[in-house]
Formats: sequence, C-alpha cells, structure tokens
Amino acid sequence: MTDAGLTRPSAALLSEAGPEDFFALLKPRVMSLVIFTALVGLVLAPGHIHPVLGAISIFAIAVGAGAAGALNMWYDADIDRVMGRTANRPVPAGRVSESEALSFGLILSVLSVGVLGLASNWFAAGLLAFTIFFYAVVYTMWLKRWTAQNIVIGGAAGAFPPMVGWAAVTASATIESFLLFLIIFIWTPPHFWALALVKSEDYARAGVPMLPVVAGEANTRLQILLYTALLAPTGLAPYAVGLAGPAYALVATLGGAGMLWLAVGVYRRREGKEATKACWRLFGFSILYLFALFAALLVERLFAMARFG
Amino acid sequence: MMAMAEPGKQPEGIVLTEEQKRKQRRRSVALALCIGGLVVLFYLITVVKLGPGILVRKL
Repeated sequence: MTDAGLTRPSAALLSEAGPEDFFALLKPRVMSLVIFTALVGLVLAPGHIHPVLGAISIFAIAVGAGAAGALNMWYDADIDRVMGRTANRPVPAGRVSESEALSFGLILSVLSVGVLGLASNWFAAGLLAFTIFFYAVVYTMWLKRWTAQNIVIGGAAGAFPPMVGWAAVTASATIESFLLFLIIFIWTPPHFWALALVKSEDYARAGVPMLPVVAGEANTRLQILLYTALLAPTGLAPYAVGLAGPAYALVATLGGAGMLWLAVGVYRRREGKEATKACWRLFGFSILYLFALFAALLVERLFAMARFG
Repeated sequence: MMAMAEPGKQPEGIVLTEEQKRKQRRRSVALALCIGGLVVLFYLITVVKLGPGILVRKL
C-alpha cells in the first residue's frame, strides 16, 4: 500500500486485489486434481453426453470446487495467518477482504451448480451442491478444528468429483462410481498425514487437531500404514468389478506396492532427517499414485473407444 | 463516491492511489470477461440442448 493510500483511511479500505488474487482463492492446484478425476468419472460412465455439454459440466465442477476453496479460505483466514504454508494466501495476507472472499465463494457456488444443472442434469448439480456444502461446512466449519479424524471424514469432499462427473452422464450414482470415490477417500488420510507429520508444529500453533498433534507421531505412522494397507487392494477394485482392464490392474498393483513400501518406511524411520525424507517421499509418491490410477483408467477407456467405437 | 477535483484544487472525498486505480481496472476487465464467458456458456447450452428445436415455439 502506498503512503497516499494510508493518509486517507477511506481510500485505504478500498480493495487492491487483482484478478490473480481471486483466482488464488479457487485453490488452482486442488482444482486441477478435481478437473482430472471428474473427467475420468465422466468418460468412464456408461452412456453419452454431448462433448460441449461434457466440457461445460467439467468446467462447472471445477468452478464449484474452487468456490468451496474460496469459502474455506474465508472461514480459515485466522488459522491460515499463523501457519507458514498458508500465511501468504490472499485473505490472511490482506489482499482480499473476508467479505469479498465470502461473496465470491457464494456467488460461484450458486453459478456452478446452476450451470451444471442446465448443462447435464439436476442430480449431478445436487451432488455438486452437496460436495461444496460438505467441504465448506462439514469439513471446514465443523470437523477441522474439532476432531483428529477431520481429514478422514472431510476427505469425502475431495472424493466426490469423479462421482459428480459420472452423474453428469448417467444422472445416477452406481457402485462403479462409488469405487472411484472410495479410492480417493481412502487415499486422503495417508497423503495428508504424511504432510502433517512434517508440518505438525504449524498445525499445533494454529490449534488444528491434526492426528500427529493430538495422538502423537507414533500413532500417526501406524494409522498411515493401516490406511495404506487398505488402499492398495481398494485400488484394484475397479479391475475386480470389470470397470478397468489389465493395464490398470498392473498400474494399481505396482503403485499399491510402492505406497506400501513407502508407508513402511514412514513407520520404521522415526527420527531425524531420514524420518522427514520418508514422509516427503510418501507424500510425493501418493500424488503420483493417484494420478497414475486415474490416468490408467482414462487411457484404457479412450483406447477402447478408439478401437471399438 | 469519488469526487472530481477542479484543476489546481485539492480533491475532496476518496482519492484512489494509482495502484488502486490500476487494480480496479484489471478487476473490471476480469469481471467483464467472466460475464461474457457466462453468456457464451448459456448460449452454447441452449443451442446444443435445443438444437433445431430452438426455432420451434409459438410466435
């Protein structure tokens, strides 16, 4: 802010936020994962959707996820301010006011749900509305500051997009789409707890009851191992029900084995730099693992479509 | 309300800094683009969903 702005209090209250600050409110990195998983859900779903309507549906799902992110940043500004990882977000840094973030999130929520309803169907739109509600209210407002199981239950919000993409085509939720949900749902705890182990001081300072802060590091390492042991076979479920082929099964088997290997590393290495390295390795590989699973599903389906029409 | 100052006179009311003016312009352009984009989206949805039926209506 310039000196001239500071000498006039009313001018100082005017926003200096640029469009890029509002874009940052949408959590673009999370949004890119949402776009990808929703696209896989949409492509895998039986039935047909016009490509233009399909593209608009994916866009609406992405904006809906971004709106939920903006609402999260509005509500969490106080704790974001004290954590190193989040202190430079637009609201805690003072570039966007809390009321601007709230109205931005609410307006985009309504628009995204409306556009998805018009482009595909109102079942998918309802599911998107529920996803936004789940992330912004159930996770952000209720669970995050209350229980160490916050990301276990809250992880559902991040797991819904492939179901919404599926519903955009079929106007329904089936066991196959639920399996896509389940993979992300079970993937979330080991992914975030690996990060939380490294950043536990940040979370403790902000008063967020992440598992390492509340239950201790040893318990968190055990829980990471248990969830990963559950994740590896869950990753194979799409193959078991015929939703995926052998190429996917190979990726899921190798990826699951890699996840287990790294989770064992996190469980065994508990002290010093080696322990931190093990956590970062699992965190990084978990992103690659999830991406590889969904990419394999997508490539297999596109290949089948190109071959058999 | 922003007051316009006469030449040589001290402006009254809120005076935006150059940075605030620049950011306000950029926000306005972004908002205009978003609204334009929304219009295009609704147009596309209408045309794709109704197709030739777009002309089938009571006059």
